[in-house]
Amino acid sequence: MSESQLYDCRHAFADMLLELGEEDERIVVVNNDSVGSSNTGAFRKRFPDRLVNVGIAEQTLVGVGAGLANAGKIPFVCSASCFLTGRALEQIKADVAYSNANVKLVGISSGMAYGALGPTHHSIEDFAWTRAIANLTVIAPADPEETRQAVHLAAHTPGPFFLRLSRMGVPAIHGKDYKLAVGRANVLRDGSDLTIIANGVMVTRALAAADLLGAEGIRARVLNMATVRPLDRDAIVAAARDTGAIVTVEEHTVFGGLGSAVAEVVVQTVPVPMRILGVPGVFAPTGGAEWLLEHFGLTAAGIRDAALELARSPRAVA
Amino acid sequence: MTITAGAGQDVVAELRRRATEIRRRDLQMVVDAGNGHIGGDLSATDILATLYFGVLRVDPSRPNDPQRDRFILSKGHCAGALYTTLAFRGFIPVDELHTFMAPLSRLNGHPDRNKVPGVETNTGPLGHGLPVGVGAAIGAQIDGASWRTFVLTGDGELQEGSNWEAAMTAGHRGLDHLTVIVDRNRFQQGDATESTVRLDPLADRWRAFGWAVAEVDGHDHAALLDLFHRLPLEPGKPTCIIAHTTKGKGVSFMEDRAEWHHKVPSRDQLASALQELNDE
Repeated sequence: MSESQLYDCRHAFADMLLELGEEDERIVVVNNDSVGSSNTGAFRKRFPDRLVNVGIAEQTLVGVGAGLANAGKIPFVCSASCFLTGRALEQIKADVAYSNANVKLVGISSGMAYGALGPTHHSIEDFAWTRAIANLTVIAPADPEETRQAVHLAAHTPGPFFLRLSRMGVPAIHGKDYKLAVGRANVLRDGSDLTIIANGVMVTRALAAADLLGAEGIRARVLNMATVRPLDRDAIVAAARDTGAIVTVEEHTVFGGLGSAVAEVVVQTVPVPMRILGVPGVFAPTGGAEWLLEHFGLTAAGIRDAALELARSPRAVA
Repeated sequence: MTITAGAGQDVVAELRRRATEIRRRDLQMVVDAGNGHIGGDLSATDILATLYFGVLRVDPSRPNDPQRDRFILSKGHCAGALYTTLAFRGFIPVDELHTFMAPLSRLNGHPDRNKVPGVETNTGPLGHGLPVGVGAAIGAQIDGASWRTFVLTGDGELQEGSNWEAAMTAGHRGLDHLTVIVDRNRFQQGDATESTVRLDPLADRWRAFGWAVAEVDGHDHAALLDLFHRLPLEPGKPTCIIAHTTKGKGVSFMEDRAEWHHKVPSRDQLASALQELNDE
């Protein structure tokens, strides 16, 4: 990791939520005894009547969110991502996405952020589950600025959203001039030899990997694919065409997540060799969040090694 | 259109006429579609007729009026009864009912709020209606609004734990503008509820979750109307009305028989069913 200051994006989330709450009284928060973990204590203090805590009850958490939207509210349904998506997936599908309810689902501490609490608390299946559902926008911001914008965008865009947030410290990547748009990848660094596509907490590692690759004489393009659905197909096709090889990196199982989504586009448009980095289809062993990322090679060095191996392998497309 | 308290014999007669009209059209529709859930449709029909023609403050010309009462059909498989009721209440053309479950019809086998005006949320998987109803009622509570939320659940559906999560929250928050009606026909898809997983003592269970409970003959329009006009039964508590009903009500060969959960009548059976309903 770099030596720059690290930020817990839950603070950016909480600050923006408070700001939105001041501007629009339709903004409400729904929790499942998760006021602390979702950092919504300040919202509760400022707007006690607009924070609904349903207790430890995820099906009701999401159903109540849909009902509040029916009543004209803009609910932010905030819960640990593992429970929100795993426990209430049918409510997300039927009550929110299929019903087209104006609900903003916020999965906190996604990926392996809960570290040694173990696989019950890891949320490494949530991209796969949520991106399979129609009419649900899925965004995983990479840093505080992108988190602020994702929350703002969700509040101001009618329809269902799933925001996948983390609690792991990340450096600031985006400046104030950055503009997040749904379904549009952001080219953080251009390059012509291969492309690294990442999102969430892996973006900063992808950038560090690009630095390491530069020392090896490889110019890597780095795409922040914050929106997993709808996917930026044009950016993926351009990456395949321009650079001829793609490495995807996600804090998620390699089954059905960002890498799978990118591969679905690549194989049907400009087939090029790919490497899909993530959790390799296992339940994680005991270990802290950073340790687990190291364990699974989800580090700058791990990404560099995969990219080097890919760069030296035969290309399907010149 | 809403009938006021102290309704007389003529009002009750009108509800009975509406219910028969809905039953006849629904039967025809299910036979035409070759699909549907007629047993539960018929057990819920008198509740739906009473709500839509006697209780709910809804306006078919303004189906999204923010101040409307919300009605949520948690037993979404009984969409046929809901569509028929909504049609006679003016939300959709009665002529459209013949498209029920046909390719590209907006009248899907389970209701879709984005296609059918008057539908509040998409149901089908069981145990979804009450949590959404609780959310709507909390929304009204936050606003201090006067509109009410009604949720119609099946009885077998109460085996879903999500109902009891939501019941706990409703009781805790004292949502007295929320009413659940349980269509207590005592049958679920495969068997009697009490032979599958027991629900009784059902009223005690709701009371234990902080609800005011009343039991009523779910086919007695006057009794239903009287209860609905006395809501909330206890200030500061949500209301549960356990409506004792007969699955397949109104058609003798369907009544209390589990197989009519989703069996489709033959043309001959339809003729005899319509004859019975004519004679009523």
